[in-house]
Amino acid sequence: MATRTVTFEFKRQASPEAAAVWEKFELEWRPGMNVVSAMMEIARNPVTADGRPTTPIAYDSNCLEEICGSCAMRINGKARMACSALVDNLEQPIKVEPLTKFPLVRDLQVDRSVLFENLMRVKAWVPVDGTYDLGSGPRVYPQEQEANYPLSNCISCCCCMEVCPQFNDVTGFVGAATIAQVKLFNNHPTGKVYKEERLRALAGDGGIQECGFAQNCVEVCPKQIPLTNAISDVGRDVVAQKIKDWLKS
Amino acid sequence: MAAPRIIVVGGGLAGLAAVIKIAEAGGTVDLFSIVPVKRSHSVCAQGGINAAKNLKGEGDTTAQHFDDTIYGGDFLANQTPVKAMCEAAPAIIDLLDRMGVPFNRTPEGLLDFRRFGGTLYHRTAFAGATTGQQLLYALDEQVRRFEAEGKVHKFEGWEFLSAIIDGKGSARGIVAMNLRTMELKAFAADAIILATGGIGAIFGKSTNSVVCTGSAQSAVFQQGAYYANGEFIQVHPTCIPGEDKLRLMSESARGEGGRVWVPRTPGDKRAFKAIPEAERFYFLEEWYPKYGNLVPRDVATRAIHKVVFEMGLGLDGQPMVYLDLTHIDRETLHYKLGGILEIYEKFVGVDPCVEPMKIFPGMHYTMGGLWVDFNQMTNVPGIFAAGECEYQYHGANRLGANSLVSCIFGGFIAGPNALRYAKNVQAADGDGGAAAEVARQTEINGNLIRNEGGENPFKLWRELGEAMTEHATVIRYNKDLKEADEKVVELLERYKRVNLSDKSQWANTSFAFARQLKNMLEISRTVTLGAILRDESRGAHYKPDFPDRNDERFLKTTKASFTGAAEGPKFEFEEVDTQFIKSRPRHY
Repeated sequence: MATRTVTFEFKRQASPEAAAVWEKFELEWRPGMNVVSAMMEIARNPVTADGRPTTPIAYDSNCLEEICGSCAMRINGKARMACSALVDNLEQPIKVEPLTKFPLVRDLQVDRSVLFENLMRVKAWVPVDGTYDLGSGPRVYPQEQEANYPLSNCISCCCCMEVCPQFNDVTGFVGAATIAQVKLFNNHPTGKVYKEERLRALAGDGGIQECGFAQNCVEVCPKQIPLTNAISDVGRDVVAQKIKDWLKS
Repeated sequence: MAAPRIIVVGGGLAGLAAVIKIAEAGGTVDLFSIVPVKRSHSVCAQGGINAAKNLKGEGDTTAQHFDDTIYGGDFLANQTPVKAMCEAAPAIIDLLDRMGVPFNRTPEGLLDFRRFGGTLYHRTAFAGATTGQQLLYALDEQVRRFEAEGKVHKFEGWEFLSAIIDGKGSARGIVAMNLRTMELKAFAADAIILATGGIGAIFGKSTNSVVCTGSAQSAVFQQGAYYANGEFIQVHPTCIPGEDKLRLMSESARGEGGRVWVPRTPGDKRAFKAIPEAERFYFLEEWYPKYGNLVPRDVATRAIHKVVFEMGLGLDGQPMVYLDLTHIDRETLHYKLGGILEIYEKFVGVDPCVEPMKIFPGMHYTMGGLWVDFNQMTNVPGIFAAGECEYQYHGANRLGANSLVSCIFGGFIAGPNALRYAKNVQAADGDGGAAAEVARQTEINGNLIRNEGGENPFKLWRELGEAMTEHATVIRYNKDLKEADEKVVELLERYKRVNLSDKSQWANTSFAFARQLKNMLEISRTVTLGAILRDESRGAHYKPDFPDRNDERFLKTTKASFTGAAEGPKFEFEEVDTQFIKSRPRHY
């Protein structure tokens, strides 16, 4: 029996300034194979389908369980995590490209630090008094926990930003992930002390009003976070805050 | 005097816990991490975090938690720090709760607790089945808060290469490499804390993340730090075998009622549903009636090995057994285990609520690590260690849900002690040895990039992983361990001829990997040789030729020191602190 093979095409770019090229690879099919295990195989034997020696592909990865958020890329045109992209579920040739909305580093590596900067801007934390023993936390009912837990599952992969038509240099839109975190921290009994500041941070240019309700974010989110609900809820709060601030001024 | 400078390497739970304590005490920290800290390996922890809060009316106490931990670790852990950890654990849970971790709740709105292996109490607080992720995020958020206040400066995308050690043997900073520009740079510090996780990568495939190579601890080991109990490696009984890694199936699946079984008839081809109850072999429940499916990990792992390899009862003749949740209703499973069931379905394509999962043991946790004193300082003055990269809290076997608490507790101890040390240490003479260390690292990098041999580092890694997994995990024989060690020596020789297909100086990931590989090879010998020396069975270390524990000879910490000689590290044994709980036979 002939060996079953899998065909990949990877978009390669040696540096931000270098020209992009596509490289094709033929790999032996293995059960349970995914896009990361394919790139590991290429690293062991970096030769293209036409027999030309090349270099291992540069990509970000860490947990390989879809929980660290590292390996987001475009696979057959869809923004998703490479570790959970099972080859058996993909049409061939499997085309792999870097995310397009973030500065490219090399090959499939991009710089997504903008999300962490946004999280800092909206004070996405609970301001505890200190780490010494201050007794138990606020009482939280299971219904509240069930509402907040999905928001807390965001792995910062940035897929929601990649697919958002409004997330670009012109609008400076913060993107769905940050807005969902605002909802999470505004819901928290202690975290809500910064509620007004967070809402004001989302009120200006690049804020929540840039959202065009394309709803791509919620479709692509690998953690099924209710992003559009979060955007509507926070959007309402931002408007209420604006009115409140306007009446006070 | 100038403000003390502290460097923390590693941004998982232990590193972030240390950073928070230092920043809170008014210090400033430079935080180094290969990956953005929010992507650290702590996110992978699933099941929960232990603390004897006794919220289920069972009479649980911190003393009982202490006893379970020492007993579970087969008495090899020093008791003073373990006792302190167990006593601190309830307040750590409260703190995490205050920080906003979405722990599961009881109807009254209090913290819910589940059972885990190696205890009879409901002692494990949990946030669905993604507790590690939730804890890491809580600490990440607090660190971001300190970052906004200018107390923390992050160096994400920098890899630690070595410590800068002055003429008197004290640490004066680190040399790190920028993983984009490949620039080498010295960073001065009065104290450094390593919180760099486990060494799973030396086993090739494990449940660990890609960054868990042990490279940083190996580097300081080669610079004179002791490495303790290297031979103690935890193999988790329930993993999902995969091409790129072994994905963990959390112990919480059993904590919530999951049952492990195989058909009683070898090679039974029937679908699981067609196999009546009487023809199913619930071997953990039969062999260990008291703890059942919740025996400690080393016990469960050996039982699965026995069922598969000695009794030939693996599913369809394959090295796999069932982990069955199908008797529990979908809603309960989703609420308590959602995250991990999703992982199984995503990576295997089968719904575990409908069909039992197929699992097998895999390398999971590094009990050994850098030797530290009770202040978390290594034998190199100024180098501290916390979390999985040190050896202190788990003895010969770690109990489930003790890792998260040991990481946070260790970080909480290391941070203030590093700050105290840094405030009192005398200023370095000149540059403290920084220029010399940068020169040494530059030479290593130059040699690696210019090398013209024929070896591919990723292939060498695969060979290392295969040898270590085959000979140095669940069942150990001295002959096999020797073979594995000889393989490591062979690979060290072949490493000299590593030829990188990528010689560029921009985001060269194979170059960074080749540097890690050298350190992986060096640290592997503490495992192989440490295991050869320990002619007994204790916790995760099991030798059929020496099936009993031998307290007289081996109730001792193994301490390895690097020699650079072909015969490998030098080993010595140190007394274990057993002042609170007298050693007794371990039977579950």
